[in-house]
Amino acid sequence: MDPQIVIARRVAQELKSGNLVNLGIGIPTLVANYVPSELKVFFQSENGLIGTGPIPEQGMAHPTLTDAGGRPISALPGASTFDSAISFGLIRGGHVDVTVLGGLQVDAHGHLANWMIPGKMVPGMGGAMDLVSGAKRVIVAMQHAAKGKSKIVAKCSLPLTSARPVNLVVTDLAVIGFPEGKATLLETAPGVSVGEVLALTEAELAIPDNVPEMRL
Amino acid sequence: MKAVSVEEAVAMIPAGASVMVGGFMGVGTPERLLDEVVRQNKTDLRLISNDAATPGKGVGKLFDKTLVSKLTATHIGLNPKAQQQMLANQIAVDLVPQGTFVERIRAGGCGLGGVLTPTGVGTLVAEGKRQIEVDGRPFLLETALRAQFALVHAFLADYLGNLAYALTSRNFNPVMAMAADTVIVTAEHIVPVGVIAPDHVVTPAPLVDYLITNG
Repeated sequence: MDPQIVIARRVAQELKSGNLVNLGIGIPTLVANYVPSELKVFFQSENGLIGTGPIPEQGMAHPTLTDAGGRPISALPGASTFDSAISFGLIRGGHVDVTVLGGLQVDAHGHLANWMIPGKMVPGMGGAMDLVSGAKRVIVAMQHAAKGKSKIVAKCSLPLTSARPVNLVVTDLAVIGFPEGKATLLETAPGVSVGEVLALTEAELAIPDNVPEMRL
Repeated sequence: MKAVSVEEAVAMIPAGASVMVGGFMGVGTPERLLDEVVRQNKTDLRLISNDAATPGKGVGKLFDKTLVSKLTATHIGLNPKAQQQMLANQIAVDLVPQGTFVERIRAGGCGLGGVLTPTGVGTLVAEGKRQIEVDGRPFLLETALRAQFALVHAFLADYLGNLAYALTSRNFNPVMAMAADTVIVTAEHIVPVGVIAPDHVVTPAPLVDYLITNG
């Protein structure tokens, strides 16, 4: 299975009916494709929409109906639109149940860095800092390593997105949680051994006696 | 409210002015006003805008012609020209978390000195800012943001200046319409008074100073 699809499918299992969910750009966006249709999840686009639907068919895009990247989307029946103050009130005010974001680094205590690489890439934080500070549950969806280098680090060398730790990290190799503030291996990806996860994890990782495989 | 041509409206903006522009990645941005800002070559602008859009679109047009000297925004990653101008120190860029950005503008429009937000505590964003504890929780004091001009795009405007917006093109427009000395509006449709029902007016007429006539 494509590593991005492993991540997206596993994250989708974390969503519950009635949840208000914000998906970031990249792998997180794919999560919506793997939510079972019987689950009624509200997806928020932080540019001012709850009830985002699929990418419109050719010729059906409208210039005033877009996602946070400015690309055309659709709105499902029951959708609502609002200004940016309300949109971020929802985010910072704890009304968003789950946010799924991409990451550059996550450290042993769950701190996330995902908005800049000093001197190289300074795109700005957009909504990421508010999402990590305010959502009830923060899930990071990212590749475990980039160019052979672990993205699960002992301590973030890149600027943090928030002082608040994330709740869960889902990668192409593992699911990692932070019970009592300590990175812990909760699941491995299909066909991946605990040893393989450890070999690509820089942070110290607690290994419980029983580490199940993801059920995708 | 006064109805004016786009040329007259932009002629009021001096070089070096602080200008808020509505829109999110160019969606809900008053393109006609920006085209005219470019045509009249208004330089040295201090731009307050969520993002830098993309080259050729929305506020991206201002970076195409290097008309911006200072930018307050939340994300500029999708406009390589704005990135280059920032890295070459041609533009001073203040990057602000998006929720903080909109609350600072809202505070500016609502007569508040600023807001207390948990966003940014313990990060680079906190540098140089006052941290205030309320009930044991740390918050950053983020000050209010206003501008000399707000350039706003609506879906409907009536002849009095009442405004309604469409879908995701609403974004920062109604918030910025509260927070500038002079508010200039373009609309997709200008309709008779009464067409926008009172319950559907988002920006009340007295906030609008100039409405750009269509045609």
